[in-house]
Formats: sequence, structure tokens, C-alpha cells
Amino acid sequence: MEVGQMQRQWLDYTRSLFIEGFLDGQFLQLEQLQDDNNPDFVVEVVSLFFQDSHKLLNDLTIALDQKSVDFKKIDAHVHQLKGSSSSIGAQRVKNCCIAFRNFCEEQNTDACLKCLHQVKQECCLVKNKLETLFRLEQQIMAAGGSIPMMELSF
Amino acid sequence: MGCEMELESECIEDMEVEVLPSMWPEDIGTDAGKQFNIEKPGGDQDMLEEVTIMEEPTIADFQRLMELTNYTDKGSSQLAYLMKHWEYKQANAVRLLREELDILSRQREEVEQRRLELLQENRFEEDYGGDKRPLEASVQREQTLMDKLQESIETIERQSSPVEELSQILKRADNFLHFILQNAPVVIGHQDKELRYRFIYNHYPRLQEEDIIGKTDVEIFTGSGVKESQDFKREVMEKGLPAKKEITFETDLFGSKTFLIYVEPVFSKAGETIGINYMGMEITDQVRKRERMAKLREEIAVQKAKETELNKTIHITEETMRAKQMLATMSHEIRSPLSGVVSMAEILSTTKLDREQRQLLDVMISSGDLVLQLINDILDLSKVESGAMKLEATKFRPREVVKHVLQTAAASLQKMLTLEGNVADDIPVEVIGDVLRIRQILTNLVSNAVKFTHEGKVGINLYVVAEPPFAKTEECNNNQKINSSEQSTICSNGVKDHRYPSTPSKSGSDQNHHGGQNHNEHNAQNHGFNNEFRSSVKSDYSMNGDTEEENHSTETTVWIRCDVYDTGIGIPEKAIPTLFKRYMQVSADHARKYGGTGLGLAICKQLVELMGGRLTVSSKEHVGSTFTFILPYKVSIPSSDENSDDTDELSDVDNNDAVSDDLTEGFFQFQPRTLGSLFSSNGSTRRTSHKFNGFPSNPFALPSPNGLVSKAVTNSVEDSSSVVADASDLTESTSSSSTEKDRHQNSESGVKSRHEPSFCDDSSKEVNNELRNSSNKCEDLIMKKEDANSRCVSRCSGSREEDSKECCRLKPKILLVEDNKINVMVTQSMMKRLGYSMDVVNNGVEAVKAVQRHTYDIILMDVFMPVMNGLQTTKLIRSYEETGNWDAAKDSGIEQIQQISDYEGCVPPRKRIHIIAMTANTVTESAEECYANGMDSFVSKPVTFQKLKECLEQYLR
Repeated sequence: MEVGQMQRQWLDYTRSLFIEGFLDGQFLQLEQLQDDNNPDFVVEVVSLFFQDSHKLLNDLTIALDQKSVDFKKIDAHVHQLKGSSSSIGAQRVKNCCIAFRNFCEEQNTDACLKCLHQVKQECCLVKNKLETLFRLEQQIMAAGGSIPMMELSF
Repeated sequence: MGCEMELESECIEDMEVEVLPSMWPEDIGTDAGKQFNIEKPGGDQDMLEEVTIMEEPTIADFQRLMELTNYTDKGSSQLAYLMKHWEYKQANAVRLLREELDILSRQREEVEQRRLELLQENRFEEDYGGDKRPLEASVQREQTLMDKLQESIETIERQSSPVEELSQILKRADNFLHFILQNAPVVIGHQDKELRYRFIYNHYPRLQEEDIIGKTDVEIFTGSGVKESQDFKREVMEKGLPAKKEITFETDLFGSKTFLIYVEPVFSKAGETIGINYMGMEITDQVRKRERMAKLREEIAVQKAKETELNKTIHITEETMRAKQMLATMSHEIRSPLSGVVSMAEILSTTKLDREQRQLLDVMISSGDLVLQLINDILDLSKVESGAMKLEATKFRPREVVKHVLQTAAASLQKMLTLEGNVADDIPVEVIGDVLRIRQILTNLVSNAVKFTHEGKVGINLYVVAEPPFAKTEECNNNQKINSSEQSTICSNGVKDHRYPSTPSKSGSDQNHHGGQNHNEHNAQNHGFNNEFRSSVKSDYSMNGDTEEENHSTETTVWIRCDVYDTGIGIPEKAIPTLFKRYMQVSADHARKYGGTGLGLAICKQLVELMGGRLTVSSKEHVGSTFTFILPYKVSIPSSDENSDDTDELSDVDNNDAVSDDLTEGFFQFQPRTLGSLFSSNGSTRRTSHKFNGFPSNPFALPSPNGLVSKAVTNSVEDSSSVVADASDLTESTSSSSTEKDRHQNSESGVKSRHEPSFCDDSSKEVNNELRNSSNKCEDLIMKKEDANSRCVSRCSGSREEDSKECCRLKPKILLVEDNKINVMVTQSMMKRLGYSMDVVNNGVEAVKAVQRHTYDIILMDVFMPVMNGLQTTKLIRSYEETGNWDAAKDSGIEQIQQISDYEGCVPPRKRIHIIAMTANTVTESAEECYANGMDSFVSKPVTFQKLKECLEQYLR
């Protein structure tokens, strides 16, 4: 594929991620932080996020499976997840976490379980989307192009 | 007989002329005696006497009445009617008589026939000696009939008198009229051609008949309405048509009364007007009622009109409110994306751009900033208006506020202006108030002053004043405010748990009475305080039972007047009244020339009033303006009996001369930057240009600031700025050897060593000492040094400000306390991009340990953390700063580590670390909590370049 075409594709894809609400402005902040000194910054942060969230989601699954649910603990976990998702701009995960925390406050186990499921799904979704995005970026880079970040305008 | 009857009736007709008149007096005199007075012209004295005695209300000119009956159509028609009636009756009687006669004659014929039969029979009887009885009977019957006939004829004769009949009818009519008129509130009268009364009937007579008859209205009454009624009567007479009219009389005789008058002309048979009949009815009550009704109707109409008006106003007000609300909401909605735009643009400005792009971007950023400012202003205004603005009460130092405001203004100054601040000695070192808002007001006023001043100076004066009169009149109001703010103070500071029902005393003597003792003792400590003007607030302990071990301090209110003056273009007198209205500027021309939204002063006024003060202005065109606001502040004075364990800043002040000077210093001045203006600094290029500016004056300037500058530069050298690197070479070559040494030290001992330059004059020790305390105070010191070395002032004035700025721009040491790895990564990376490095710890306990080990200028503190949260951590750090020991931390289970280096150990823990909270939710409660726990500001998560930059700038100010 031609570089220009790939760049256009990357732009369209990124835009769609924003429009569909998977990402928000915070992701752009991350993109800004990536430079020649730090060429893989976004990928690093995002991978860290998915490692972290994977662990958190496991912990949450276990915690919610207990006979007497420790909502305080769950709340702390969800807070973590919310913090990191909002930091990378994973908007939909963040929004799920907000709802999750509300149910946590209500001590509503069923709703919490539903939320957990939803968060897992959103995480999975955004992970796939971002992986596609990164793959595209790698291809562009491999083809000698640059990421047309400045053309992202909202 | 018929002929006879006819004859009789004719006779009567002939008679009537004579008979009727003669009937009148008798009838009236006897039967109607109660109501009628009859005057016989030149007549009967008896009648007159009777009239006078009985006080008959009706008065008649009898003669006239007769004439009337004779000459007027009405009179004759009346008589004709009576005659007709009589004729009809007579005819009836004649008919009846004829019938009777017919019957009688028929009977006679029968009788005669019978007699003939009888005679024939008698002939037989005579022949045969017959009976004579039937004949006798018949003769008898005949006799009876004859009698009857006679009788009926007599009766007819008796009955047929028309005079009697007429008088009966008249009597009945008369009675009827009397019956009706007995209580009728009417006046009936007849007046002749000259409007003289000829006849009058009045139920409520006020006048004797002789007073009325033969006189006109005007002759009888005086007063308003009389003439009118007479004119009206005349008019009717002339026109010949009956008419009605309402006339209000105001006469001596019967007061104010309204009559409805009906006037009818009376014509002679020839058709000439010979007088009027007049009927009046008193309708005063009705008129009054009607008037009242009209009035009520009018009032109702007015009321309705008012109501509609009011409804309209309400509607408009509601609309306005809604519009305002919408504006606020919209503003809020606009703010978020706009700040995105601005921050993106700012990020963009950090990338490689050519000159033109950068210019465009600068315009974009400044425009964006302007819009943001406008939106913030609108939000502020609507907050104040809706009452949602909450005032916070915190301790602050007015001197510092004044200094910082001026400093900030000086930093962005692009004109040749002198900025100065003058704080009177009697201003307390610390007062309690909403420092953010006060600062906002000051900043607004100062920037306004700067905007409209082209040469000369802009300054702030601060001094204590007596309680202003407006505060006294609004005492109750204020009291409540003070009370509530006091409560919030107590809550937010956590100093006292007591409520102090405050009763500010007005009279000086009273105040001395209970305040005097304290004052005397405090005078030793707080000599700067002005006792005279303080209206003390007496704390009422007895009010609440649990007095326990309350520290016996007195809270007083001090009124501070703040003047912001300039030597600018001034304000024309006619513009002053609208000055504080929103969106108002002196003129459209000004708006074009100077820009701005016209909201600033409106917000200032609202804020000042919200805090219970007043904002006023005095100005002279082309000479300058002075904006003055007077605000009440709380002052907390620790009482003398807890001196021993009082380790708070105030007592420190007195123990340490150097700090005391700093705290009570009352004069700040920022001279225009002669050289700096050449490099007119703007935003992104500011830093490098400042560094440049510092150098030319280097060889002549004081050693101490130069030392600092050079170090600042060397610090930035390490940040690989090529421009500055050149400059540092220059520095090394031109500055004294001590700089070289300093630099050496700097690389060895880190942050602290920067503050140890060698000084060559008397005050150097003091300054040196202070320098160690904080880097951002150095501009003060420079100011003080300036006093000490006045000879240098003129030469170094140009560079001084750059120097001070440079001091602030020394790399602050930053600690990030955050448990979330991703957040750490992002924040760290952003900081790096902004040119700062920082230490990172993962929870509160680690943060405390880090603070024990190193000295930090700024801590970015996550609030929600495991092990120990940000609020608690901040509290521990603040406690250390206040007490100098980590006892509080030990209490929470954190072991103090051994001091690593000697000089760090001996640093008095007086410097306040700027702690910035990082919160996930930005609702105000959370912010309040942060402030209450001793944090200085907060940034909402997720952090962005913009937010981080703002925070750092706030610190660097």
C-alpha cells in the first residue's frame, strides 16, 4: 500500500475511534508526548494500561465472586481503572467505570457484575481497535511515512 | 223622561264652569287637608290660618291653578275626560230607566187586559152576583208599582247630580295621589313664565309657603346649582320640549344634594308656553354610589393595568433569568471544547514552527484566552447572581497578595509604567478572607488600570479604616454574613469547633473595655496592629456549654480600604454611573481601542458586595482614576496565656527579625523595564528573552542577583538551550570568580546550594539566610537590598525585575505522589515535555518519607490513594512545616528516617511546599476539602499540558 493511502486510512480510523467515543482528547495528549526521543510512548503506555487493567479485571472478578463482597475494595479497583482509562483517553471504559462506581456505592452486586462484564467488553474492544491502529502506524512507519497527527482536527 | 235626562245633562255641562272651581277649595280644604295648602288670592283668612298651622308642604296658587285648568290644553282635556265619563254614566242610567219603563208599561198592558177580562167576567158575575176581590188586588198592585216608579224617579233625580259624582272621582284621585306621594322624596311644582313658583309640593319642607310662592329659584336659594337649574328650566321653556337633568346643589339651606329634575313645558290652548311643570327627586345617595362605583371601576382598571404590567415584568424577568441561565450553561459547554482548542494550540506552539506559523498561533492562543476569560467572567457573574458563589475563608497575608498581584502585572507589562504597592503598618500580618476572590478583584482592577494608563504609575494602597457607615446600617445583615463566614472559617480551618455568636460593638469605649486588656498584651507582640480601628467581636463562651480547653483568642473584624490608583486616561464623569454595569465601557471607541469585555468591573463590584464591602471610584479625566474597595476581614489574635506553646507563624515572626521584616514590609515597587521593553516579551519567547535581558547589566549590577542569574542560566544550560548556553559563557567570562565557585557547588549539592552566593555588603547575611528559605522570595530580598544599596538602584533597576523573574524560574523540585502507573507515566512525560523532571512516589507514606529526605518546591498529590490518601499526607506535611517535627507523622505510624545531610537537617521547616491536589472529580466540595486540608490548588484529572502548565505558573508567580 502507498504511504499516503495508509496515512489517510490512519486518519479515518482514528477519527472513527473518536466519533464512536472509544477515545477522547486525552489520547491526543498522549500522541503529543510521543516524539523522537520517545518513539513508542503511546504503545508503551497503552500496553501498560492493558496489563494493568487485565490484572484489575481479574481482581474484580474474584472480588465480586466472594460470598460477602468487599465493595470498598472493588471501589478502589474501579477507581484505579477509571484513573488509568481516563489518562489514556479510553472514554468508553472510563464511562463504564463511572457507572460501576455508582453501583458500588449502592452495593448492588448484580449491577456491579453487569458493569464488570461491560467494562471487560469495552476494554477488549478498545484493545482491538488500538492494536489495529498501532499496526497501521507501524506499517506507515515501516513504509517510511510519518503519523499525520496534526491533521487530526476536531 | 228621556228628554228630561238630556236636559239635565245639558244643564250640568253648562254648570261645570261654575261648579268645578267652587268645588276645589272645599275638597282640598277638608279631605286633603293634610298635604295641601291652598291659597285663595285675596281670600279666605281661615284657609290661610289652617295652612300655617298644619305646615302643609304643598303650596298652590289657586287662582293660577284655575287659570291653568281653563287655559291649558291639559286642563280642558282633563275636564273633557271627566265629562265623558259622566255622560257615559248618565247614558247608562237612562238606558236602565227605559228598560224599567218598558217593563212597567208591559205590566200595565197586561193588567189592563186582565181588567177587560175581569170586566167581562164581572158582567157575568154581576149577572150572577160574582166576586170583586181580584180587582181589588190588581188595583193594589198598581198602586205599589206607581210608588215604585215614583221612588226610582226620585232616586234617579238624586243620583244624577254630576257635581257629586265628579267630586267623588276627584276625591279618589286625590286620595290616591296622597297615598303615593306621602313618603315620596320628590318635589313637584309649577312655575309660570317668569319661573315664579305657583304651586309646589315638597315632602320635606324647609320653607314656608310664602317664602316660595311667587318667587323664582334664584330668589329663594343661593349657592351653586341654583342658577344652573333656573337656566335649565328656561331652556326647556324656550325649546318647548320636556327634558331631564341632574343638578348638584350646594346651598346653605340643605347642603350638598343632587337632584334629578324633570321639566315639562306647559302650553296654553293657543300653543303658547305659559310655564313649566317641574319634578325633582333627590338622588344624592345614588350619585354618591354611582361615583363610588365609577371610582372602583377606575381603580379596578388601574389595578388590572398594573397587574398586566407586572405580569409583563415578571415574564420579562423570568425570560431574562432563563436567558442568563442559558448563557451560563452555554458558557460552560463552550468552555470545555474551547480549552481543548487553546491547549492544543499551546501544544502546537511547542513544536517546530516557522515565524509566520508562530505568529498565527500566537494570535490564535491569545484570542482563545480572551474568549476563555470572557466565558469565565460570565460564569462568575451568573454564579454571584444566582447566589451559588461560595466564599471561602482562609488565612492569608495581605502584603503577599498585593506583592504577587503587582508582580504578576509587572511580568506581563509591556509599557513604561511603575507599579507600586503601599501597605500601611497597621495592616495585620494575617487576615482571614476569601483570598482567591480578593486577588481576583485586585488583579482585575490593576490590569484595568494598566490597560488605561500609558505613562506614570499604577499602585495599590492598603490601610485600615474605621467601620464604614454602610456596614453599620446593614449591621444585622452583616452580622449574619460574618457569622456564617465565621462558621465556615472555623470548619474549614479546623482550628476551633466553637461557634462564636458575634456582636460587633460600635462604641469605642465599649470596645476598649473588653478589648483593652488583650490589646495591651498583644501590643508587645503585634506592634503592627492598629488597635483603634478594630471593632472587636466578643466571643460569647457562655452561650455554648462546652468551653473546655478552648484557646482563648479574640476574633476581631478589621476594615481594610484598598485603593488602586493610576495616572491613566481617567473616566469622564458621565460614564461613571454606568461603569459597574456589565458589558459597559466608557464608549464604543474605548472598547475598540482597548478591548475587553466590560465584565471585569461588574464582577469586581459583585464580589466586593458579596463579601460585605463597597467598591467606589473617583476619577479625573486625563489625570487618573482611583478605585477603592473597603472590605471587612477577620483577624485572629492568639491570646497571651498560651504563649508558651504557640509555635505558629505569628510568634515566629517576632523571634526572627529577618522574617518579621519580610512579613511586615509595606512598600513594593516595580520600575519599568527599560531594556525589557525592547524585547517586548510575549508568551512563548518570554523565557529566553528574559535571560538575555539579565546579562547586559551584569557587570554593573549587585553581586547577589547576578550570582543568582548566572546560576539560573547554568541550570538551564543543562536543558540544552543553545541561546542560553552562549549567554552562560558570557556570564562566566564577565562575572566574578564566586560565580564559578557557586556553579561548582551547584553541581555538587543540588538545589540548596544555589542559594549560597557570596555577598559583599552588610545585609548580605540576612539575605543569605532568607535565600535559603525560599527561592521565590528573592525578589523581596532584592527589593530590600535595594534600600541598603541605594546607589545601585538607578543602575540596576532595569535588570532587577528580570533577575527576580529568573529566581522564580529556577527549576522547582517537584514530587509526584500517584499510585496509578499510567497516570504516573503520562504526567511524568508531560512534565518532561514542559522541561521539568520530577520524583515519583506511589502513596502518602512514601510521600512523607520523600519529604523527610528531600526538599521539594511543588508536590503534585493524588487525593485518592491506597495506604495513605493525599489529604492526610498533606496534613502531615503541613503539620511538619508548622511545628518543625514529624510527631504527627509518627503518630500515624511513619518512622522518621535519619537525616542524610547535615545542612538539610538544619533547614528550618518554615518554607511552605506548594501542594497541588490531583482530583478525579472537580466538584467544589472536593476542592474545598483540598483547601481545608492545606492544599494550595488543585488540578482535575486527567492532567493535560494546559492544566499542568497553569499549576506551575501559579506556583512560579
